[in-house]
Amino acid sequence: MRRLLLVPATAVAALLMAAGPALACGGLIGPNGAVNLLRTTTLAAYHNGVEHYVTAFQFAGGGGAFGSIVPLPGIPSKVEKGGAWTLQRLIRETDPQPLFARDAAIPAASRAEVLLQVRIDALDITVLRGGGDQVGSWAKDHGFRLPPDAPEVLDFYAARSPIFLAAVFDADAAAKRGQAIGDGTPVHITIPTANPWVPLRILALGKVAGERVDADVYLLTDRRPAMLPDPNANGLTLQVSRAASLQLLDDLRSDKGMGWVPQLAWLSKVRIDGPASDLRFDLAIDASGRGRPSLVDAGLASLRSAPQPTIPAGSVTWVLLLASVVLVVPLIGGLSLARSRRRPSPGADA
Amino acid sequence: MPARRALAATTLLLLLVAVVAGCGAAAPVRVEITIHYSHFDPSALTVPHGVPITFVLVNTDPIDHEWIVGDEALHQRHRTGTEPFHNARPTEVTILALTTKTTTVTFATSGTLKYICHLPGHAAFGMVGTLTVT
Repeated sequence: MRRLLLVPATAVAALLMAAGPALACGGLIGPNGAVNLLRTTTLAAYHNGVEHYVTAFQFAGGGGAFGSIVPLPGIPSKVEKGGAWTLQRLIRETDPQPLFARDAAIPAASRAEVLLQVRIDALDITVLRGGGDQVGSWAKDHGFRLPPDAPEVLDFYAARSPIFLAAVFDADAAAKRGQAIGDGTPVHITIPTANPWVPLRILALGKVAGERVDADVYLLTDRRPAMLPDPNANGLTLQVSRAASLQLLDDLRSDKGMGWVPQLAWLSKVRIDGPASDLRFDLAIDASGRGRPSLVDAGLASLRSAPQPTIPAGSVTWVLLLASVVLVVPLIGGLSLARSRRRPSPGADA
Repeated sequence: MPARRALAATTLLLLLVAVVAGCGAAAPVRVEITIHYSHFDPSALTVPHGVPITFVLVNTDPIDHEWIVGDEALHQRHRTGTEPFHNARPTEVTILALTTKTTTVTFATSGTLKYICHLPGHAAFGMVGTLTVT
């Protein structure tokens, strides 16, 4: 399975090219100009009321500390090191792999409440509960340089779920650990929740209106899912929708911590390619068969104005949601935030 | 007697008007600008020249912002500047996250100025306002 860790060279090239505009706008990159957090891959899974969320950070060299904040649908019960090949196996399932890739390198208000802290390799993970202001203040106090759209985006998520995961990637520690450029650190988050959803709006964080969001979202459900918004509009394209192969499920199940993968599942891949200014929603999924994805989960209605569908209590029906977001920006879930050791230099010499 | 009372009342009224008018001339004009979701509100203002204008800058965001008012030449300097914090000039103010800052400025001449936050990406995001000095 070692080969499954390989990242397509084309994707890496795209990431490096994406670093140009990120540096230019200055909101996401540290003052030393190094792009440390090359790419992040995210996995969320839902089964019998428990969501499994796997995120992988890739080390792209340089020093200092960089971080990400990821909105979560609930409070995690466990945060641990994730499996080795789950996300890459999904990419391999749907995207033709160039032969040469197989031999490539492996790539103030009241304060927010800290619910959980854990260290995984060179990553410091903190799970927070709080409103947008509280989480934003916590991030600022801990050295995150939030982009100007962060206040609105944090409120957007906090209104539905005040749970966020902040990950600080210590590039110096990664280098001391011997991590090579492109090495990923997978993180597996277990989240009991009744309402899983895939954060998409976060992908646009820090981007100006003209910039594009480019990402792939993998879904694995027990049946063909209903999605909201339409996965073939609004910058989304449903590229894959078919029964998952038994080989894929076997491979995923054999990875560390992935024993919960079911025997049968439906595989979907949603391509996101559109202007950042248009991406003002999340992806709500109903895999229960009722075909009623939630307006609230999609971020298209507030909790007060729309009914929130729930999974029947005691139901033995399982719903598995597996989302793998492969970013071609140096951030995860679009909500990656540059973390600098000192404040940038915004003002003028006067 | 009614005539004397009317005269006294008129005199009192004139004195009151004079006091009120005097107070109005001495007090600076107060303008409040709220920063929310990285936008100025209002984003267009008109103030008189030669009068102290007190700007109350309310930052409701959990991130820092700047309010820098001036002409294009000044803003061009700030676009490439390196000063991380502003508090030495009344026209250049850093407003820390979730705080309020007050500054008083007297504009000597009329003209059209801009107030801009020059933190990285903020102006492009829309943190630009127009100040018309009459």
